[in-house]
This record gives sequence, C-alpha cells and structure tokens, in this order.
Amino acid sequence: MLSGGHLLSVLIFFPAVGAVALMLLRGDDHNFIRSITVVVAVAEFLFSLILLRGVPIGSSGYQLEEFAKWIPAPPIHYHVGVDGISMFLVILTTFLTPISVLASWNSIQHRVKEFFVMLLMLEVGVVGVFLSLDMFLFFLFWELMLIPMAFLIGIWGHDRRVYAAVKFVLYTMAGSILMLVGIIWLYNATGTFDLVGFHSGGVDVSGVQELLSSGALVLEPRTEMLLFLAFFVAFAIKVPLFPLHTWLPDAHVEAPTAGSVMLAGVLLKLGTYGMMRFCLPLFPEASHRAARWVAVLAIIGIIYGALVSLVQPNLKKLVAYSSVSHLGFVVLGIFAFHNISMQGAVYQMLAHGISTGALFLLVGMLYDRRHTLRSASLAGFRRQCRSSRHSFFSWRSLRWACPCSTALSANS
Amino acid sequence: MPAHPMLAYLWIIPLLPLLGSAINGLFGAKWPNKFVNLAAIGSTGLSFLCALEAVREFLDSGQVLFRKEFFTWITAGDFRAGFDLQVDQLTVVMVLVVTGVGWLIHIYATGYMAHEGGYYRFFSYLNLFMFFMLILVLAANYVLLFVGWEGVGLSSYLLIGFYFVKKSASDAGKKAFIVNRIGDFGFMLGMFLLFRAFRTLDFQTLFDAQHAAGWPVEAYGQFGTITIACLLLFMGATGKSAQLPLYVWLPDAMEGPTPVSALIHAATMVTAGVYVVARSHILFTHAPTAMLVVAIVGCATAFFAATIGLVQTDIKKVLAYSTVSQLGYMFLACGVGAFTAGIFHLMTHAFFKALLFLAAGSVIHAMGGEQEMSKMGGLSKKVRWTYATMFIATLAIAGIPPFAGFFSKDAILFSSFQSPTGGRVLYAFGLLTALLTAFYMFRLIFLTFSGKPRYDEKKVHVHESPWSMLGPLVVLAILSVIGGWFVLPTFFQGPDYFANFLGPVFGGHESMEAATEAATHQFELILAGVAVAAALIGLAVAYWLYIKRPSKADDLAKSMKPAYTTLLNKYYVDELYAAAVVRPLLWLSTNAFWKATDVAGIDGTVNGIAHGARAIGDGVRHSQSGNTRSYAVWVVVGAIVVLAVIFFWPVASKTALGFVR
Amino acid sequence: MVPTNYYVILSAVLFGLGVFAFIFKRNVITIFMSIELMLNAVNLAFVAFSQALGKLDGQVFVLFVIVVAAAEAAVGLGIIILIARNRQTLNVERVDLLKL
Repeated sequence: MLSGGHLLSVLIFFPAVGAVALMLLRGDDHNFIRSITVVVAVAEFLFSLILLRGVPIGSSGYQLEEFAKWIPAPPIHYHVGVDGISMFLVILTTFLTPISVLASWNSIQHRVKEFFVMLLMLEVGVVGVFLSLDMFLFFLFWELMLIPMAFLIGIWGHDRRVYAAVKFVLYTMAGSILMLVGIIWLYNATGTFDLVGFHSGGVDVSGVQELLSSGALVLEPRTEMLLFLAFFVAFAIKVPLFPLHTWLPDAHVEAPTAGSVMLAGVLLKLGTYGMMRFCLPLFPEASHRAARWVAVLAIIGIIYGALVSLVQPNLKKLVAYSSVSHLGFVVLGIFAFHNISMQGAVYQMLAHGISTGALFLLVGMLYDRRHTLRSASLAGFRRQCRSSRHSFFSWRSLRWACPCSTALSANS
Repeated sequence: MPAHPMLAYLWIIPLLPLLGSAINGLFGAKWPNKFVNLAAIGSTGLSFLCALEAVREFLDSGQVLFRKEFFTWITAGDFRAGFDLQVDQLTVVMVLVVTGVGWLIHIYATGYMAHEGGYYRFFSYLNLFMFFMLILVLAANYVLLFVGWEGVGLSSYLLIGFYFVKKSASDAGKKAFIVNRIGDFGFMLGMFLLFRAFRTLDFQTLFDAQHAAGWPVEAYGQFGTITIACLLLFMGATGKSAQLPLYVWLPDAMEGPTPVSALIHAATMVTAGVYVVARSHILFTHAPTAMLVVAIVGCATAFFAATIGLVQTDIKKVLAYSTVSQLGYMFLACGVGAFTAGIFHLMTHAFFKALLFLAAGSVIHAMGGEQEMSKMGGLSKKVRWTYATMFIATLAIAGIPPFAGFFSKDAILFSSFQSPTGGRVLYAFGLLTALLTAFYMFRLIFLTFSGKPRYDEKKVHVHESPWSMLGPLVVLAILSVIGGWFVLPTFFQGPDYFANFLGPVFGGHESMEAATEAATHQFELILAGVAVAAALIGLAVAYWLYIKRPSKADDLAKSMKPAYTTLLNKYYVDELYAAAVVRPLLWLSTNAFWKATDVAGIDGTVNGIAHGARAIGDGVRHSQSGNTRSYAVWVVVGAIVVLAVIFFWPVASKTALGFVR
Repeated sequence: MVPTNYYVILSAVLFGLGVFAFIFKRNVITIFMSIELMLNAVNLAFVAFSQALGKLDGQVFVLFVIVVAAAEAAVGLGIIILIARNRQTLNVERVDLLKL
C-alpha cells in the first residue's frame, strides 16, 4: 500500500479535508468559516515546517518519498517526494495561504464559504504539484490548481474578471495540453509515467529520468528538442516568459487581493519549478541547445517588463509587469547552468514570492480604502497609514537589493 | 574575555544604530521627543564610543589589518561571501568620521527637527542610514560593501523624501535613488567582472601584496579586465558621489531636511565613492587608464560644479554644488595616485561641509524657513555663534591656512601638479576651482550675514538657535581649525603624520613618495603660496562685489546675461537629461512597448485567435439552417464523396475493394 | 434472360429520380415517397444481383429493407401528421425550428 512516511500526503490533502469540512457548513456564519479556514491554513503551515527537519542540508535525491500503486494500466502511481527545491516552495505556499486568508477577511463579503473552499483547493493543487514525482500525478495537480484560481478570479474579481479568468485558463491550458502530449509520448517510449523511479519496499518501478540518464532510452536530438519544447512552452506560459506573459497583467488586475497574492507568490513559481524539475534533468542536450534563445527571451522579458511597468497607471499592473521582469531573472539563472545561478534562481523565487505577496497585500489595502488603483489618485496616502508604507519600501528594496545580486552573480 | 573584546564583537558598531532605528521605527510613534532622542542619540553615541574603543584596540594590537568573519552569508559553489568585517587604518579614519560627525549631526537634528511632524520617523531613518554606512566602511568584501552601498542609497531616498507630501521632495528622493541605481549598475558589473577574473570578492584575498604583484600593469589605452572593472566601479562611485554625469540628484536632494544634507550629502554617503576607489587602490594602480579617467572626471566635475555655484541664490544649493566640487577634488587626488590626500580631504571636508550645512540650517531656522540668500542679509550681529562658526568653515573650505581645508587642498594640488599625465592642466583647473570656491563661499557669507537686511524685520524674528544646535557647530568649528594640523609639520620639513598613519594601507602604491628633498619642499611651499593667493583673490573679489559695491554684482550679471542664465539654470543639464533620456524612454515604454507590442501585438494575437474561432463558428452555424432540404443535399453530397474516395483513392480503394474481393 | 446491366441501370435511374425528388421537392409527403422510391430502387438492384450470382443473400436483404421501409414509413408519417397539425403546413421549408 502506501510505503514511506505520511507527512507529504498529509500536506497535500489536509487542506482538502478542510475544504470538505467547509462545504458542509452553512454559508451564513462568515466569521466561523473564516476562522476554520485560517486554522486549517496555519496548521498546514506548521506541518510544512516539519519538512525542514525532514530534509537534511546537503542531502541529494528525494526525501520522505511515498509510493502507492494507483492505476494498474496505464501504470500511474501515487508517488510523492520532496527535495531541497520543492521543500522551500512548499513552505512558501503554506506560508502565503494563511496570509491570503487573513487578507480576505473583510474584503470578501459574498459567497464567503465558496471563496475559502476555492482557496484551500488551490493550496491542495499547488502543494501537490510541488511534491509529485509521477508525471501523470503532476499533470493532474497542475490542472487541479487551474480551476480554483479561475473561479477566484472570475467570481470575486473586479470589473473584467470573466475575461481575465477565461484568458488565464485558456492560456495555461494550451500549454498544459502540449505538456500532456509530451508526457504521453514519454510513456509510450518508456512504459512508465514515473519520473524518478522507486526501488524499495518490494516495488520496482523505473522512472523516466533514470532511463534517460542511464542511457536505457536514447532520444534523437530532434525528438528531444520537440519534447523539451512541449514541456518548456507549458512552463514558459506559467512563468511567465516574454512573449507569453500577457495573461498575467489581466489576471492580476482583476483578481481579488488573496488571488493576486497566491497567483504572484506561488503559481508563478510553478513554471520555473517545472523547468528545473523536468526540462533540465530529462532533456539536458536540448536544454543546452535552446539555452541561447531562452536567455534572449529572458533578458528581453527583464528589460521589457521593467520598462512597461514604469509607465503603468494601474498599480496592480505595475506590480504584475515587474513580476515578469523578476522571473526573467530566474529563468536566466536556471538556463545559465551554473551551480551559483541555480541557487540564485531558487533564492530569487522565494524572495520574489514573499515580496510580491507583500506588495499585493499593500496594494489591496490601498484599494480597499480608496477603491481605485490609479496611482495618481493615491497621492498623500501615506499619512493615513504609516507603517504600511514603510514596509512597502522595505519589501521593494529587498527585492531590488538582495535577489538581483544573488541571481545575477554567476551569469557572466 | 578575548584580548580585544571590541574587535571581537565588531558588529556591535553597526548594530547599535540599527537597534535605535528599529526601536524608534516600531515604537516611537507615540513617544515624546525626548525618548526618541534617547534612542537615536544614545545608539549613535554608543556606536561612536565603541568605534573609539575598537580603534584603540586596533592601534594597540599593532596589526596592519584586522579581519573577522562573523557568519557566512552566501555560499554557492566555490563562491563565498560572508558577513566579514575588517579594520585597517583607512577604516579607522572612515569609521571615526562617520560615527563622530554622525553623532554630532544627530544632536543637532534634535534641535532642528524639534517641531516637525514625523519626528520618530526621521530618527529611525537617520539611524538606519548610520547602520548601512557603517556596514559599508567596515565591510571586508565587495558584496557586503554593496549591501551597505545600496542601503545608504535607500536611506537617502527615504530621508530626501521625508516631506513626502511635497511633490518636489518625493520627486527628488526618486531621482536620487534612480540616478544612484544607474551607477550601481556599473558597480555590479564591475563586481561581476572582478569575480570572474579572480573568483573572489574578498578584500584581503584580492589585495594581497604577493598576489597583486603578479598582475600586469595595463598600459594606457589598453582596456584589460582590471581597467574595465575599475571603470565600472568608478561608474558606481560617480553615481554615489555625484560626479559628472550622475551628479544631478545632489542639488535636488536639498529638498530633504538640513541635517540630512549635512550627514548624507556632505560628510558620509557621498564619500562612499571616494572610499571605494581608495579601498580598491591596488586595482586602480594597475590600471592607469582608469586612474586617468578618475582624475579627469574629478577635475572636470570640480570645475563645472564650482561655476554653477557662483550664481545660485538658494543657500543650500550653493553648498550642494560646493559638495560636488569638493568631491571632484577627492577623486582628482585618487586619480593622480595621491590616495592619502584624497582621504585627508574627505576627512577635512566632512568637518567643514557638515559645519556649513548645519550652520546654514541654523540660519534657515533663524529666518523661519527662508532659504533664499536674496532675502537675507545683515545677520552677523543677530546670530553671532552661527556667524562665527560658519565663517570659520568658509575659511576652511576656501583653503586659507592654518585651517583644515588648506592642508588637504594643498596636498591635492601639489600631487596633481606632479602627475605625469596632463598634470599641469589638472593643476590649472584645480587652482581655478580653488579661486572660484573661495569666491562663491565668501559670496555666500557676505550675502547672508553682511550688509543691510533684505527682509522685512517686522515679519521675521531672527533668533539664535538653541544650544542643541549650536553645540555641534562649535565642535565642528574646532575640528575645522585643527583638523588639518596632522600635516602641519611637513611645512617645516617634519613628518606627515596623516600619510604615515595611512602608510600601511597605501604604502608603496602612491605616486607621491615622501621625497621631501629641499628643492621639492621649496617647490611645494611655492605652490602652497600660489593656492593661498588664489583663495585670497577669490575672497577679495567677493568682498568687492558684495560688500563694497553691491550693485556691481547685479550689473555684472546683466552684462553677461547669457552666461549668467546658463549658469543659473545649471547648464540646463536636467532639461537635457529629461529630453534626451527620460522622455524618449517613457514614450518608448508607453507606446512602443506597452501599447504596440503588448496590447496590440501579443494580446491582439491572442484575442484575435479568440475572435477568429468565434468568427468561424459564426460562419459555420449557417449550415444549421433547420432547413431539411439543405441537410438532404449534404447527405447526398457526402455519400457521393465517400463513394468517390472508395473507388478512386488508391489507398482506400485497395482496402475497400479488397474486402469485396 | 434479361441482362443484369439493364436491371442495374434501371435501379440507378430510379435511385437518381428518388434523390432528385428528395432534394428538390417541397412537400413532405413527396419527399417521403422519394425515400420509398430510393429504397425500392435498391431492392431492385439487390434482387438483380441475387439472380445473377445465384445466391439468396440479396433477396434476404430485400426482405429486411422492406421491413425497415415499412417501419420507417409508419413512424415518419406519424411525425408528418404531428407537424401538419402543429405547423399547419406541409412545406418542409417552413419547418426550420432547429435553425441556429
């Protein structure tokens, strides 16, 4: 049955349990609903802190792996595990979720129950993506986190929410389809959906990564490039990488504050995580060949994102474009293939998650009070809430100062 | 207890102001002023005392360099950057200047800002600045230095824009940060280049003498790695220390409260660039091209800024341009290899410039907020202490012996004269700038304090400042007098104490050797005399124009109208930048990038696809006409097509007819 | 014996007439009759081939077709009666409620 410890499964499914519990409640006691959600979210965060102990520093490979045979044919298994990269991203996710819950305490007033159910399901999906080691399971969770996000934007968003939500879904799904094709192709070639293989506890399932790196499966260069592109496009849309970024400004502007926080803080990392988890390990040759073009796109994204964000009258769009710029750094770091740059990329992911989350919270606060996102109308706001503006700039300066130097450090 | 407890816990020196900042920032909002003062002045004062103690221990230990790694901040691959602090003689000078002058300015600010709103916020930011500045000067590697570098830029932004409700103030803050950032871009590139070449950014490792001996000295015009790295680092220094072409933020920075101008834009932050160049002197001496660039930029800036300062009417703007000009002197010194002279001038400049700004603040405070010199006059009897201290500072900056500025400026001029590359030209401009400096500084004094009052005496009640403000003025005045006396003995063929002190740091890398043969010495005395003469000429002209014949000044301005207006409008540099860089960039971003590419281009494609899908659907739906007969037609047509395919398409017919067989 | 060709040609002509009527006639009942005509043409072809090949398969199939035709006619006429009652018309062009 399920071999290995249970922490990861708990991490993935606990918010789902919370969501189900919420569904069973009546929808009118708003404060009770909010309290339950925040308790669930905080508990999830505390569970995720256990990961810090579970993954020792300097260990390689996956820790706390859990494996269960799920579907016999085609052989899809429930295989989850955590390593250094995913651990931090999971903790980031579970950290931002209670913050999003708290941020939406007063601003969401209609269909409160459904809102928090969606938020928790989103967390389920995201944590699942970060932890899954079976490609089909990965795809499942990937699609799973699209739906709650779409609802969050489309129901509780601002004026053009339906357009933004549909755009978000279609854009991301278009990429996901390509990824699915890639996954199925790999299955056809290797006979397994598993990524890394699992060889203990009487189970012997080989993984695609193992087969590719050991030479058991050799891909022709053209095939490898096509597969790489299939995965890469899906992740590039999510990052977002220029020129596939246009869903982001609309999604951010129209999303409610909590949605923006989760979107910017967490969902955007899925793209870069996917690149690190799939594109590079499975298709190293193709990655190297494509690196030049990816770097060009990333650099264009950095500069373009910054310049366009400069002239935005709408605050949320400004932050959205700056996210494009910042994640361009991450992609650049990943495709520089240096130890230092990869570390910088991960660090930048975390720093960006926290600082963008903070920025969106502050923007949300501004919006709640002024009901406009046009920065020109917000002049003189600082007088009214001193502490928030200070943190505004501390966060902003943090994201300028620290991540940039670390991530760029080795990209010579 | 370790042998040198202060050095072992060196991090206390920057930590104390950070604590003060945090306490004031988090809790100070509701406190009365005196508690805020206690936290702010207390932390800075303690930091100063700790710095004194650290210096004492360092000198006691007789070491050349003390370095301690406190914790490892970044390790990635073989790159390690730690929170490492170091102390050597250069650090001694810098840390004492920063904490000492900083503390005095904090005391001053308690008087100056006493009636301002956001009192706690001001001191929180000021302490934050001290923290970052101390990190900068104590850092033992470029990465940590850069943290401090950025941090002071941030604090500067916060402090300049302190009166954020005023648009010009917040704009000035933004401008400062952004222009700084442009320089920082160069600095970062320089760091990366150094890392790529040497795989380390640690000072001790990089500047190790044996290590450095193995480097080539790159010839003029040759742009090797070291030269480019130095030029890039200098680009950062240009931004931070307001040299051409990135000086434009400093005059605007006068929007901040006067203590801010004194601390950040006179004594400490802007000197960070000079400090970096001095710290990297080993790199620079291996790159003569870079040194030449530094010298030329410094000299040009000194002259350029002095000319602008000649005609400005806002007292703080004159001082701002004066700062730019004096910083130019410091870079000139570094550029010709006289790093000691540059640091010496940094120190004396900190004293008298801070004094000038604080005294100007005192004047502004006395005048109830007026900053225009055209509305001042005749204040000498009314604000005696301010007048006296400011006069002393002016004597110092003009380079009149035996005040501090004379010694440092003289050292710079002497070494630039001796420089093998264009030394005479550099010297000429430097001398001219000294003349101009004396002129505009005395103009400032005369306009502000002498003559008849040009303001309504009934409306403005001129009063002397409280002792919280005057005390620091007096201390700084004393320092401005005696600060240069380290070097006094050289005039009597004695040792140069300052240079000897910094000897271990700059050692055999200065082009200005201690060759005090009689001939050179006499020559030096002659040059010193020429410099003093220039200063006195400047003084005399100012006296004549502003005391004896005040109307002559206006006549002169009118007769040289075009030149006058150009200078008054700062050579229209800001307008040039706005037109050549800012506006095109904004236009480009808005139209070409945002509207054209993003909205029209990419989104257009995406939405276009959606539209296309819809349009196709729209077109095709007409086939669902509900009209049975058209359905019938389609049925028939379909049947015919299938038959045709079966009979005539080779592949299909083989299969289909094969069955029939 | 009558050559099989003649029967096939006759069947084709009848089928063609049926198709023609099916497409171009407006009256629902006429369309139905043309369907019957098509079915019968096909029956004719089946019988002719059955005779020519000497097998009974064709004739068996004809029986099936007749049954289906009868059932279809019954159901179809029922629908036509309902349409006639509800739409008061037998013109197939007026019955376009499924239009988009």
